[in-house]
Order: sequence, then C-alpha cells, then structure tokens
Amino acid sequence: MLKFEHVSKIYKTGTFGGKELHAVNDVSFEIPDGEVVSLIGESGSGKSTIGKMILRLIGITRGTIELDGVNVGALKGSELKEYYRKVQGVFQDPFSSYNPIFKADRIFQVIHDEFYPQVSAAAWTEKVETALKDGGLNPEHVLHKYPHQLSGGQLQRFLIARALLLDIKFLVADEIISMLDASTRIDVLNLLADLKTRGLSILFITHDLSLANYISEQAVILYRGCVAERGITEKIFNRPLHPYTRMLIASVPRLDRKWDTEISVETKATPLGALNGCVYAGRCPLAFEKCKQRPPEVEVEPGHFVACWKVEEI
Amino acid sequence: MLQVENLTVYYQTLKGQVRALENASFTLADGEIMGLAGESGCGKTTLGHSLIHLSPPMTHIGGRVLLNGQELPLTDMQKMDAYRFNEISIIPQYAMNALNPIRKIGPMTEELLRAKKADVRTVMAALKDRLEMVKLPQEVLNLYPIELSGGMKQRMVMVLSTLLDPELLIADEITSALDVASQKAVAEMLVEFRNQHCCNSVIFITHDISILYQIADSILIMYAGQLAEKGSTETIIRNPRHPYTRMLISALPEIGVRYSEKRLTGIPGKTPLLLHPPQGCRFRERCPLAFEKCAEVPPFVEIEPGHSVACWKEGSADA
Amino acid sequence: MKALKQKNEFLYFALRNRKLQIGLGVILFFVLLAAFGPLLTDYEPFDYVNPTGPVPPSSKFWLGTTFFGQDVFTQVVMGLRATFLIAILGGGIATLVGMLLGFLAGYRGGILDEIINVLTNIVLVIPTMAVLLIIAAYLQVRSLAMESILIGLTAWPWAARAIRAQTFSLRTRDFVDMARMSGESAFKIIFSEIAPNMMSYLVMTFILQFGGAILNAATLDFIGLGPTNAISLGLIMQYSMMWGALQFGMWWWFVPPGLAITLIVGALYSMNVGLDEVFNPKLREM
Repeated sequence: MLKFEHVSKIYKTGTFGGKELHAVNDVSFEIPDGEVVSLIGESGSGKSTIGKMILRLIGITRGTIELDGVNVGALKGSELKEYYRKVQGVFQDPFSSYNPIFKADRIFQVIHDEFYPQVSAAAWTEKVETALKDGGLNPEHVLHKYPHQLSGGQLQRFLIARALLLDIKFLVADEIISMLDASTRIDVLNLLADLKTRGLSILFITHDLSLANYISEQAVILYRGCVAERGITEKIFNRPLHPYTRMLIASVPRLDRKWDTEISVETKATPLGALNGCVYAGRCPLAFEKCKQRPPEVEVEPGHFVACWKVEEI
Repeated sequence: MLQVENLTVYYQTLKGQVRALENASFTLADGEIMGLAGESGCGKTTLGHSLIHLSPPMTHIGGRVLLNGQELPLTDMQKMDAYRFNEISIIPQYAMNALNPIRKIGPMTEELLRAKKADVRTVMAALKDRLEMVKLPQEVLNLYPIELSGGMKQRMVMVLSTLLDPELLIADEITSALDVASQKAVAEMLVEFRNQHCCNSVIFITHDISILYQIADSILIMYAGQLAEKGSTETIIRNPRHPYTRMLISALPEIGVRYSEKRLTGIPGKTPLLLHPPQGCRFRERCPLAFEKCAEVPPFVEIEPGHSVACWKEGSADA
Repeated sequence: MKALKQKNEFLYFALRNRKLQIGLGVILFFVLLAAFGPLLTDYEPFDYVNPTGPVPPSSKFWLGTTFFGQDVFTQVVMGLRATFLIAILGGGIATLVGMLLGFLAGYRGGILDEIINVLTNIVLVIPTMAVLLIIAAYLQVRSLAMESILIGLTAWPWAARAIRAQTFSLRTRDFVDMARMSGESAFKIIFSEIAPNMMSYLVMTFILQFGGAILNAATLDFIGLGPTNAISLGLIMQYSMMWGALQFGMWWWFVPPGLAITLIVGALYSMNVGLDEVFNPKLREM
C-alpha cells in the first residue's frame, strides 16, 4: 500500500526566494494493493508533481510518502535502487522518454546492466521477448529500431514492458495515452487495466474524467495542489459533491448530449503565493465568508471524502 | 466563403516526397464552423497551415484556394502577408505556450498590431470589449503570460488572433492541453466570436470528435492525407457512412463505461506512412469492408446534399 | 528524434557544405605540412645555414632566411607542429574543464551550480591576458606544455557556460528521468545519456577552443612570453619584429607565419559556421 500523509511540494520563487508556490498542498490519500487510483486534475494542478514525488524524481517538501510502511523520501543509494525494482513510471510523451540517438530497445539493456547483470544474454533476450508479448507487441516487429521508427503506442508499450521486466508492484502512469491516437489509446488503456490481474497497483494520472471512470476503483480530484474530492470512483461519478467536480463532470463533451450547464471560468490571474483559504473559492459559485479558511476533508459517505464548507447543503 | 479545390501539398524530404495532403476539395460557408478531425499525421494540420503559410518543406503541388471568390497567392509569401492576420488568422497548436512569458501582454499586443500596420488606437479600444467577451479582466494587459492559467492564456490568444476580424480563423488543437472545464469555456467562446462576427468562418482542427459535436456546424474527417467524409455535424455523428468515421466514433470511450463491465476496443492496424502510401484507398488495409475495387482511389462524392464520402462501398447494400 | 536519419542527413549536408569543405581543406593542408614538412628540409630551425644573413625566397631557401641566416621554411613547419600541439593541448584542456564543470553544474543544479557559476564568473571577468602575462613572466623556463596548460586553464569559462545551459535543458527531458529510474549513476547518466546528445555541440566547442588557443599562444609568443626552448609561429614573428624585419623589408620572415596563423584560425571559424549549418536544420541552405 502506498500512503500519502500531508504531503506538500513548495517551490521558492521571487528574487530572494521570498515567495512560496504550493505545487502540492497538504495532500493525503492511499493506494491499496492491486487497485487503480486515478489522479484527476488540469495542467498545473500538481498531479504530475505527485507522480514525480512517488518516483523520487523530485523531493518532498513536507509530509511523508510510505510504501508498505517504508518512508520513500528517506531512501538513499542502494535502497533507492531497490525501490526502483518495485516502483516505476511511464510518462506522457513517448518520444521524449527515449534517448533519441539510441535504439529504443536499449532501455531493456539498461535494466539488465543495472538490475540483473547475472542473467545471461540469451536468457535475458527471452525475458525481454516475453515482456514484450505481455505488452501486446510482436518482438520481431519492434526490436532493433530507433524510437522514431516506432509509433507512440508501441513506445508506451515498450515502457510498460520495461516496467514488467522489473517485477514491479507499483506503476505511476502519467497521462500515458493523452498523446496517442484515438485508435491506439484504448488498447494501451486496456493493457494497463490488465496489469491489475498481476497484482499491480497503478496511479493513473489524467485530465480525462471518462478515462478515469473507465479504469479506476478510486479517484482523487485535484485542484491547484489541493484535494477537492476523493474516494470510490462510482460514488464520485454518481454523486459528485464538490462544486469543482460537478463542473468538470458537466463539462465532459459527450456524443449523446450537448453542453447545457453554465460553467464558471477563472477571471483572475493566479496569485503565486500560498493560499490559506479554499483554492477554488475564487471561481466557486457557492463561495461565502467561511471559504477564506481551508475546508477540512469530510467523509460524507463511506469511502467518499469532500473538502468543501458547503458540503452539507449540496 | 472559402473554396478549396483539389489542393495537394507534399513535404519535401531527403527520402522523397511525403504526400501529406492530396486532392482536398471542400467549401466553407460564411459563418460556418467546420471541425477537421483525424488521427495525428492524417494531414489536418498540413491542410490548416497550407491555407495561411505554405512554406518549405511544404510544397504546393496543385489545386487552388478561393476566399470570397478571390484566389489566394498561396505560394507567394510576400503577397500572402497581406492576407495573414488580416483576412486569415491561425491559432497554432501550443500557441499559448509560445507567448513570451516575460513580456507584458498589453505592450506585446500593440507591437503585434504595429507590425501588421493596423490602426493601433481603434483596435486597442475594441480590445477592451473582446476581453469582456472572454471574461478576462482588463488588468491582463498589465500582466505577464506566466501569471495566467492555461485556459486564460488560450482565451487571450483567441482574442489576439481575431483582433482584425478575419474572414477565416484556423484553430489548431486549441483545446487539447486544457481540462474539460476550460475546454468547454474556450470552445463556447469561439462560437460566441463567430456569432458576434469577430471572425467569419472557422476551421477547428482537433482529434476530439466529442468537442466538435458540441460546437461545429459541419465535420470533415481526414485519413492519411485524403478527405474521407464531410457532412453536417448531426450527419457525421449519427449517420456516418465511411467505415473509418464509424470506427473513430466507436473508439471513443463513452462516459460511464467501465473497464470491469464493458471492454472498449480500438481500431486495429495503423496509419500508412505517407512517404510511399499504398495505392488506392489508403484505409484499405484496416477496413473491414475492403474489396478488389478499393485498389483504385475512391472519389470524394456527394451522396446527399452536403454529405460527401470517399468510399467504394457507399451506395452498395453492405455499406 | 531521428537518430539514423540524422546521421545520414548529417553526412549529406556535411559533404555539401562549402564553408566546411574550405575550412577542412585548409586545416588538412597545414596538418600535412606540419607532419611531412620537416622531411622536405635538410636544416634545423635554429641552424645558421646561410652565412650571408637574410636572403629572400629562392630555390635553396624556399621562404628565404632570417637576419641570422636561419631557414624560415624549416622554422615555419616546425612552428606549425608547436602551434598544433598547443592548440590540441590548450584547447583540449579548456574543453575538458568546461565540460566537467558545465555537466556538473547543469546536471546537479542547486548549490553546486551556484558555486561553479561564481567560479566561472570570476575567471570570466579576470583579464585573461594579464594573468597569462604575470604567470608567464614569473616562470624562467617555459615549455610548450606549460604554455598550453596556462592557456587551457584560463579559456574554459564560456565553454562551461554553454555546456551547462545545454545540459540543463537536456536533463529535464523524460529520458533522463527514465535513466534515473533505471538506477543509473549520475556519472553514467551524464556521459552515456546526456553527452552523446550534444556531441555536435562539444565538437564545435573544441574547434573554437582550438582556434582560441592558437591565437592566445601567438599573442603570448609575440610579446616575448612564449616557450624559451622551442620554435612556434608566434615566436618567429616576435624574432622578426625584434630584429627589424619590417624596417628592412624582410617580408618573407613575418608574412608566412602570420599568414599561416590567420589561415588556420580563419579556416577553423569557417568550419565552425559550416558545422553549425549542418547541425542546425534552420540554417541549412536547401
């Protein structure tokens, strides 16, 4: 189980580092074993920052992230390397994830050299081919090619196969299908869902609510670094409670219905400093005096948490 | 009104010509918002760009484009300059990230207008109304782009690109990087711009058909550099005739569908490379209906008023 | 994004780039001259081979003789060797130090970046020539190697800066994060993931440093602070000036070394501009 406890990521900005920018602001949630949890938010909401903190690609300013009781933020040297045996990530831009001057399958060689130097070349080739097949690829068609000779979908599958070689427990999938074509995204999404049967937990980072609903057991709705609403996906989608979630769900373009609701748009520039109150208040039709304080997270029904002062009235 | 006739544009590369756009013919009525959809590499961006900035490595192979009956000097960069921004304007993909982050928006706008030899004072006055239309405060002119959110920046770019009330606005993937709420806001404001005559006709390039259903009057589907189908939005969504259009629509995840209950399927196969495209119908290899005749290029024919399809099966019983 | 194609394209454009062709041709000519020139002469650079003193170029002395009757051609070809040695050593040291600090600062960032940045700025604002003068004047016996090291250790800052900027932009690419998640060490990431991506840049840096070292050495030599136990193009020019070659119209004494330096440095810059065009598609002439 991966556990977030009051995690914040704060950047110092301004000439003398006097201003603070809260990219992630006091976030707590859990990802149980074998579940897919969607992290939903717009660009700049801090969702990728959360993914990168789990992967230890950026530091954690406050709070702790624990994997099975081990503090992820404190791992060093060989411990961190062992951590990467269990936890891996796939990112949004498949082309940027590969060093452009090498063949794409070099990523497997790197895994071999770093983690399994004792495995013979022949045995490793076999392992790679199995992993590729598990990733829905035909090894003959995709090995020994440069990244630009493969499609975005194939490259993302490559990265998933790379993670499978490591026998991972946890995968961070950061917008991994948003740059893929309509015709391939569903296949990659299904592949990801199939990984669950291996007992894998997945953090599925997305801005697309229908995808989140399609794949995940739980969802976390993030707005400007703060959790607005979280819990069991079905409950959130059937009964969205936070004004932001409600607006998001009403804005999803659908083929069976035209947009009918009014939405509120941001009309003020983003203040860079830390906010004490509710981060959504500036845009919220329900905002009132109390929203100058940060609303606490309330469990409105089992497995459904909302951070809004007006939650009782909704 | 925009008329595109047999427009063919190739990319010149060392390996040969990439046939990115072939024989595109369509018309865009006054006040029409046409959605242009297809997978990446289908030629939709090439089509959009060739209407305004046909420069190397893009090469004009054939065809012509008429704007209000006047032929555009597509290949003459200098002459096209008179049209650009004045008559035809484009919001390129990622334009919102291309704003200089450390230049205040107001001065930047004035500079742009001066460069285009527009009457700065009158336009700057009109700018105030436009900002109101997109619900941006006047203060944005004193802000730096870095201080705006993605949705606000995109709205600002929309205002900038339509300041001179162009006849044609080409919007390339302007909603792709935004969250659904901002997508909706930007798309609806675009419709409002058209309604208020801030621009006449719009070509809205996107890979997201569900947004087109919300705002477009007509939809043009492209596949591998060729036009596949064009019709009114209702027709394309409710009664698509080209097998590719049908697959594209069915591959969209409906909201409410869950993996555990119903598994969605994608479109098998992949798009052909346009360096050496297959003979005949380019969708042939992925098409469940393909037969011998598909070895010839199917013509893009009107099967009912305002509805054109390029498919040999059209008209036969099993289409 | 296109490695294979990139390679082919690189060759395609490299072989057709006039500036690169000319630059490379000139450099090749002088390298061959330095390598095989000494075989064409029977004299030693400091031997007084012509007892009558200075004579203009003739079939016996191809580039004439000096005030003391030394063969100028022999001096020039030997001087070329020294010049190339300094260029390789000095330019090499400057490039290496610049790479090391640039990579470290760009990849590690943070406090290390700031320290290196301060160091770079300090070396950058110190008048290099003045320092070289002081150090060179202080040393009694000066060798070519010593001169190279001095030049190398003062010329790295702009290379470090440029490499830092490049590294900084490359390190934010996802493939670097992928490498980190593969447990690769920082050293390995820098040299096997980042450096190969800026090869073109590093080559160009080296070429510029190579040319810069030649000019710096020539300047030092010319003002009499060159090596005390060798001959170089700059030294020939210094001797010629010291013994009044200009006043007595002994043009064959100072024109050949001066021309050689000008041509070599000019050719290097031409190569650099040419390579820039080859590497940067935007500058390519189709």
